[in-house]
Amino acid sequence: MSTTSSIARPTSVSPSVPADGAGAPPTRRRRRSPGGGIGATFGVNGLLVLGSAYMVLPLLWLVFATTKDASALYGSDAFTWGGAFFANLERLLTEDDGIFLRWLGNSVLYAAVGAIVGGFVALMAGYAFDKFQFRGKGALYGAVLIGVLIPNTATVIPLYLLAASLGVTNTMWAVLIPAFCNPFSVYLARVFSAGYLPDETLEAARVDGAGPIRSFFSVGLPMLVPGFVTIALFQFVAVWNNFMLPLIMLQDRQLFPTSVGIFLWQSQVQQNPEYLPLVIAGSFLSVVPLVIAFVMLQRFWRSGLSAGSVK
Amino acid sequence: MSVRTSGPSRSTTKPRPIQGTGGRTAAIFLVPFFTVFLVAMIAPVVYAVGLSLFAEQRSGLGFGGAETVFVGLGNYVDVLQNDTFIAGFARLALYCVLYVPTLLGVALGFALLLDAVVAKARRAFQLLLFLPHAVPGVIAALIWAYLYTPGVSPIVSALASGGIQIDFLSVHLVLPSMVNIAVWEWAGYNVIILFTALQSVPREVLEAARVDGAGEIRTAFSIKTPLIAPALGVALLFTVIGSLQLFTEPKILSTATTAVTSTWVPNMWAYDAAFNRNNLPQAAAASIILALLAGLLSWVVTRFTSKGNSR
Repeated sequence: MSTTSSIARPTSVSPSVPADGAGAPPTRRRRRSPGGGIGATFGVNGLLVLGSAYMVLPLLWLVFATTKDASALYGSDAFTWGGAFFANLERLLTEDDGIFLRWLGNSVLYAAVGAIVGGFVALMAGYAFDKFQFRGKGALYGAVLIGVLIPNTATVIPLYLLAASLGVTNTMWAVLIPAFCNPFSVYLARVFSAGYLPDETLEAARVDGAGPIRSFFSVGLPMLVPGFVTIALFQFVAVWNNFMLPLIMLQDRQLFPTSVGIFLWQSQVQQNPEYLPLVIAGSFLSVVPLVIAFVMLQRFWRSGLSAGSVK
Repeated sequence: MSVRTSGPSRSTTKPRPIQGTGGRTAAIFLVPFFTVFLVAMIAPVVYAVGLSLFAEQRSGLGFGGAETVFVGLGNYVDVLQNDTFIAGFARLALYCVLYVPTLLGVALGFALLLDAVVAKARRAFQLLLFLPHAVPGVIAALIWAYLYTPGVSPIVSALASGGIQIDFLSVHLVLPSMVNIAVWEWAGYNVIILFTALQSVPREVLEAARVDGAGEIRTAFSIKTPLIAPALGVALLFTVIGSLQLFTEPKILSTATTAVTSTWVPNMWAYDAAFNRNNLPQAAAASIILALLAGLLSWVVTRFTSKGNSR
């Protein structure tokens, strides 16, 4: 009981650890009160079913739409199977010499490198803010918090202007380097470091003669793995979803991530409806891995969080 | 946004000048993050501020080449006096006014439903409600763009067969349609935050309310909701910041309807200034205005919510 609440506290502060709500242990539920009649049961669960339908039906529409060719999309019932699923996928993967796979690869590359490097950089900073005492700590952390509060898109055009003056637009770095910088991850890392890593453990390592760097890698890091995974996952999703930055930075189609690539096709649909199945199939293919990953990683977060709290 | 790091463990231990917790070691951990912070956030903003103070002026008929002259705040005055920019801002304000209460209301409603005693299958409902968050913004906007498009959309055709003719993409309805897309994307995320907070409401309080004769609905709105005010404050803050970022949804919808112009919201205005009108100083000024406004708004929200909490 105490372990679960100690783990729930940091996550309830931050809006970004949704898995925890799902992983809340059932023992915490209140006992059935006499307030709920059969009508209330139907009312509450009926509304939840309606809400879930609102969330899921658009995705279901995407699945059905992927099975149709351009004419069937305009003609037939939305929630019926068309016969063009494999034809659509084949066209998607061969269009323009298979450029979609290239875009998918770019998305994975940007998101994975951004998540791992950015997550690690943030973890180190959050750890330092939590465990070390130094002059100017308040001011530096204030700068991080201001960074959290500035909307991403407000810095995109300034980033472009700077990158243009340095001549590094239209390179992978123009998308990757901004992905390394996520002030919110530092905030999360500090919360996780305070929650997962007791000062006494580091004290013990220090007494045993380990230097600060060694303490971090051999004692701190292993205990912060669940926090790191959570931070990296959020950063992965953020980079994967980013649209404005790559749209502005990149001109070479070979460097596009899927979001910008699909947008390119979408902007041609008005002139040529044959692009429509490509847009739909491309959307489908870039959503499926994320949905699967989300369902699986939710489990991982849950076990990661509880494992972190037991140690 | 305060973090519970200066907890009792630190204040009860006597001040100890232990080596390896000071500024020099902290620097090793902080330098990577602040390097990317400097490169990806501070430098672009500083550069953009600098750029925004100059303007390119063409002499004569425009053949004599442009010279860069210092104009002070002239670009800011120009941007703020520009009709399309102001119109975009008015739209953004209207969007915020519609979106923020709708989103928080929907999220709070579902969180309270999930927390109701009679709710079943909480994990499954949480997963379904959260699912749209796994969908990248571009894809979410695309799915809904087609769900709004007559001929493709099952919603439009169902309404039409019921005698209701609605054009979701018309000049008047496109803004509420966009609010719907954003609510679809973000409601589940906020449901999880608020539900997690609701789970930590002490049981005794709810028992006491029940003994005093408060029903489930009364308890939900008069007891539970005020008790999760801090979580609501965080959700409000991030929702406000997020809504100022508005770019992806209108950019995608602009490919599906002429009702969304190329300067529809301030972010699109800045994009248009940079890439279609080639007026980089004005694009920089517009971005800075937006960042300042975001900073101001989040300051107001933080003040407002922390005041509410301390009472």
